Amino acid sequence: MSRSRPMFPARRSLIQRIVSPDVLAPLGVGVLFLLAWDAFVQISGLPPYLLPRPGLVLQTLIDNWNELFASLMVTLQITVVAFLAAAISGVGISVLFTVNKWIERSLFPYAVILQTTPLVAIAPLIVIWLKENTFGALVLCAWIAAFFPVVANTTLGLNSVDRNLNNLFKLYNTNPWQRLIYLRLPSALPYFLGGLRISGGLSLIGAVVAEFVAGTGGAKSGIAYQILISSYNLQIPKMFAALLMVTSLGILIFIGLSALSDRLLRDWHESAIKPES
Amino acid sequence: MLQPAITLSHVTKVFSTGTIALQDVSLTVGDGEFLSLVGPSGCGKSTILSLIAGLSLPTQGDLCWQIPEYRQELAFVFQDAALLPWSTVKENIRLPLKLAGISRAESDQLVDEAIELVGLTGFEKAFPRQLSGGMRMRASIARAIVTQPKVLLMDEPFGALDEITRNKLNEDVMQLWHQKRWTVIFVTHNIYEAVYLSTRVAVMGVNPGRIVDELQIDEPYPRSEAFRQSAQFGQYRHRLATALATGMGSVSIL
Ligand SMILES: Nc1ncnc2c1ncn2[C@@H]1O[C@H](COP(=O)(O)OP(=O)(O)OP(=O)(O)O)[C@@H](O)[C@H]1O
Ligand SMILES: [Mg+2]
Repeated sequence: MSRSRPMFPARRSLIQRIVSPDVLAPLGVGVLFLLAWDAFVQISGLPPYLLPRPGLVLQTLIDNWNELFASLMVTLQITVVAFLAAAISGVGISVLFTVNKWIERSLFPYAVILQTTPLVAIAPLIVIWLKENTFGALVLCAWIAAFFPVVANTTLGLNSVDRNLNNLFKLYNTNPWQRLIYLRLPSALPYFLGGLRISGGLSLIGAVVAEFVAGTGGAKSGIAYQILISSYNLQIPKMFAALLMVTSLGILIFIGLSALSDRLLRDWHESAIKPES
Repeated sequence: MLQPAITLSHVTKVFSTGTIALQDVSLTVGDGEFLSLVGPSGCGKSTILSLIAGLSLPTQGDLCWQIPEYRQELAFVFQDAALLPWSTVKENIRLPLKLAGISRAESDQLVDEAIELVGLTGFEKAFPRQLSGGMRMRASIARAIVTQPKVLLMDEPFGALDEITRNKLNEDVMQLWHQKRWTVIFVTHNIYEAVYLSTRVAVMGVNPGRIVDELQIDEPYPRSEAFRQSAQFGQYRHRLATALATGMGSVSIL
């Protein structure tokens, strides 16, 4: 046992992680699905403008890579800005809620209203109001879609401090600020990260929905624009290719945030602890 | 007779649920005393500690610090270890010093001493979940003593431990107390432990929570295994067991 780091489980190598059932099982399902799709199109003889074969989608993706990738980057920008805004404002709002019960009581319902109002219904308004700043409008829409999980989860976390630890801090005559920094925020971290994982996907969805609503206008056009235009022009393979990109981006965001969460919690939180073999 | 440090006079504690946790409890804790509270589960032992710690207030009666300075120099070892799961052993033990605004450089030596005292050297960088229950408890004790408290409240610190570990930690706590002359209030279920460690034992009864008997243990320190084997130890134990039985009197378990 080493002196400095006793009892840490060995980290698994990259290859071991890739060959694990967690990766292989869903991959197998995916391959089966693609094979079935391909067979179905071939047997039924559907034309590509109704349902293209997977190979054609891939070919289209490669052929149009530069154009599609540029669009994806535009969407990614909106997503990232909205996501960061959701993360930061979410924590800020939650902290504000816990400062005073009255703030939570009076504002929380409005957070819920903002969350439950369909984004497609309010996005046109926002786009009109912020006519000169399309980017800002899109970010705002994506933020509305993304901020609630962070607020709800972090608020729950800030209020879920262990009673004994709370007593301990009372005993040490701590001020509310110290309790926030050293007790409540760390206690809320796993909840916050859980909220982030949901918000990551939601900010992407929010960005795509907002782009749809904003329509084809605007000089810099995101991936939703590509999907729209392709469907107008009956370029269905291209539409599928764009869809594939959005989905992949969503998966990447989720994997990235899960990895971040595991990294931050791996030493102490049950959710991130690798079982001993 | 010791100078009184803390007195409880006619203290009653009724919780909002209507539970009468303590009824008319009067107790004096002497300066430098090792006082044990024994009694059946639910008799209000933890409640007495949290009243003394100021974590809750008596419904009736008075709690008075006869030596007011002591009030600021209080440490509490909770029934479970209550460590910060996200901090290493070392940072957990440093916590009270950090919250008191003492710099890392200054606290380093104190923390290392406390770690050594409880025998956790080599585990400074481990997280609480990587420790056994006994080691967690020792970390919790180290965190309590790192501030050099005048009054140490311990709530069944060894309740969940095996007998060998318990005996070892008993020995350590007794030595510490003997060296530093702290005032210790020690809650336990265990009669052996109470007799072995304490200068005085208060026996509590349940329904309602109250003090039914007090027993002075007149045996010089440091105490040794020989005391545990002596006839006198047996007599103390017997008296405590009898007092406990009267305290349980009104309750019948079917
Ligand atoms: N916060 C609370 N609210 C309501 N009732 C409580 C509360 N804390 C304790 N009680 C009640 O007060 C009584 C005494 O509780 P206390 O925790 O002091 O017992 P104890 O002697 O420490 O028991 P144990 O040995 O099991 O720890 C119990 O009946 C308990 O149900
Ligand atoms: Mg208790």
